[in-house]
Amino acid sequence: MLVCEDLHKDYLVGNETVCALDDVSVRVERGEFLSVMGPSGSGKSTFMNMVGCLDTPTQGRIIVDGETVSELSRDALAEVRNRKIGFVFQQFHLLGRTSALDNVELPLLYAGLPRAERVARAEEALERVGLGDRMGHVPAQLSGGQQQRVAIARALVNAPVVLLADEPTGALDSATGVEIMELFQELNEAGITVLVVTHEPEVAGYARRVLRFRDGKVIADERQPARMTA
Amino acid sequence: MPLAELLRVALEALRVNLMRSVLTMLGIIIGVAAVIAMVTVGAGAQAEIDRQISSLGSNIFMVMSGTRSRGGVRTASGSEMRLTVADARALKAEIPEIVAAAPTMRGVGQVVVGNTNWSTTIQGIDNEYLVARGWQIDEGRDLEPQEIRSGSKVALLGSRVATELFGAANALGQTVRIKNVPFVVVGTLLEKGQSSMGSDQDDIVMIPLAAARGRVLGRSGPRSDAVSVIFVSVAEGWMMDDVERQMGEVLRQRYRVRAGADDPFAIRNMSEIVETRAEARQVFNILLAAVASVSLVVGGIGIMNIMLVSVTERTREIGLRMAVGAKGRDILLQFLVEAVTLCLIGGVLGILCALVITFGIARIAEWPVLLQWPVVVLALGFSAAIGIFFGFYPARKAAAKDPIEALRTE
Repeated sequence: MLVCEDLHKDYLVGNETVCALDDVSVRVERGEFLSVMGPSGSGKSTFMNMVGCLDTPTQGRIIVDGETVSELSRDALAEVRNRKIGFVFQQFHLLGRTSALDNVELPLLYAGLPRAERVARAEEALERVGLGDRMGHVPAQLSGGQQQRVAIARALVNAPVVLLADEPTGALDSATGVEIMELFQELNEAGITVLVVTHEPEVAGYARRVLRFRDGKVIADERQPARMTA
Repeated sequence: MPLAELLRVALEALRVNLMRSVLTMLGIIIGVAAVIAMVTVGAGAQAEIDRQISSLGSNIFMVMSGTRSRGGVRTASGSEMRLTVADARALKAEIPEIVAAAPTMRGVGQVVVGNTNWSTTIQGIDNEYLVARGWQIDEGRDLEPQEIRSGSKVALLGSRVATELFGAANALGQTVRIKNVPFVVVGTLLEKGQSSMGSDQDDIVMIPLAAARGRVLGRSGPRSDAVSVIFVSVAEGWMMDDVERQMGEVLRQRYRVRAGADDPFAIRNMSEIVETRAEARQVFNILLAAVASVSLVVGGIGIMNIMLVSVTERTREIGLRMAVGAKGRDILLQFLVEAVTLCLIGGVLGILCALVITFGIARIAEWPVLLQWPVVVLALGFSAAIGIFFGFYPARKAAAKDPIEALRTE
């Protein structure tokens, strides 16, 4: 479902080439709950950007849901992101002064859906994350946990093949963080593929499978039979 | 993204920074208002000039006696009455391009009806005069050729005189005393308005030349058919120069002027005098419009500046929109629509300001207001064009952002 083959990514810093990803090959099946761990600079964010179709590798191949995305143009990548990827960020990245409903509608707007369908699907997504009664609220009227739920609804609204979460609990207190991880587990159990990037072992503990990065390489790929449940 | 959504996002973004948006718009508002006001006021002034030219009569020459120096005494042109009715007839007979040649004399006198009186200009005319100067009869009739010949005591009243003496009552058939001589009113004249020199052309009484010469104005020249001014009207504007030359030849021959001697007459091209002033005003209008356009361009630069700030401030928003599927074109359009919306709102407000300014100036200067809708549409189009032109660079900058970098921005 998600295939990365021999990924290389080099950055030019000054006149020195820095290798951010070095020969990374990973396969993720539908319905997996994967966490990506590693210290900063280990290449996990670069890996995440590649899988999220925000960036293209210097070498290697990425296949998302049967579609080879590693050589697509900027606009073609935007379309793949719109149809197949759901992002959740540490800082939520909600549009201020815009209602929860409008925030969730955003991906559908770029997909060119008619208004009635956008609203119906956005409402459904908000119900799913437990914010059915907060649809008209703007981010400033919501707690951190609620804002992250809106962001998750936004990531779910276009029925993506994979949910990519970058430090989703990093800006939340631990109790709220647990609630958010619980939501991810729920969504995963309903069949959604979830990929969480984190440096916190507790967060990684909710995943079934952990991928450890160091110096641009995958140093461990473990299954966790006894994972935590929220 | 549909246009309605783009517009909603743009309006929302402008509303969030309301003060900033209004200040930015101010440049466009002032520019558009200035351009429209200038063009409109210029058009009003032009219409006023056109009216003056047409009220002068078309393609008019004034022929009058020339300057003269006799025994050390120098007299200005027109102060003597050395031209005659016969000169006027000769001009018309010999130069086919002349439509009408009207000998006239002019004086000031009191006109009395019952116990009302009014001091006005008294003009002695013949049958050519109304044609030459473009006067039209409002009520009644023109003077008959027979009345002109015999110097009958009949008069035409200018609209101002008719109002002053008779108010709303009918003046036709009434008797008025001009310098104590009774005249019967046979016609009134259609209003002409101010002359190019600012005098009221309707403040006039016209009577047969012969009647004026003898008993009313009491002026006479060296000859019994002397007149002070001959108004000559020419068929087409382009004939003016040629007719002027021909008139000079005819008159020099009639007065047996030796080569090199001063002409005993002077010819003035009346339309030219007004047109020269019109041209001067035209140049002034163009200058003002140019200055106004500069302020529009400066306003546009203000738009560009604010849009650049806005793009920088909203880098994270741009990154997020890209992450959820916005293409470069979507982002470009979003900021372009925002800039154009800013400019168009400014343009509409500018047009409203221009209306206020124009009506104000028109009221003070007593010009006709000619709000030209093409200019309004042009101004709106121009402000939209400014939005696109000055909004394009910031919008392209936004569209070219790297989503990863943009999302990472604090």
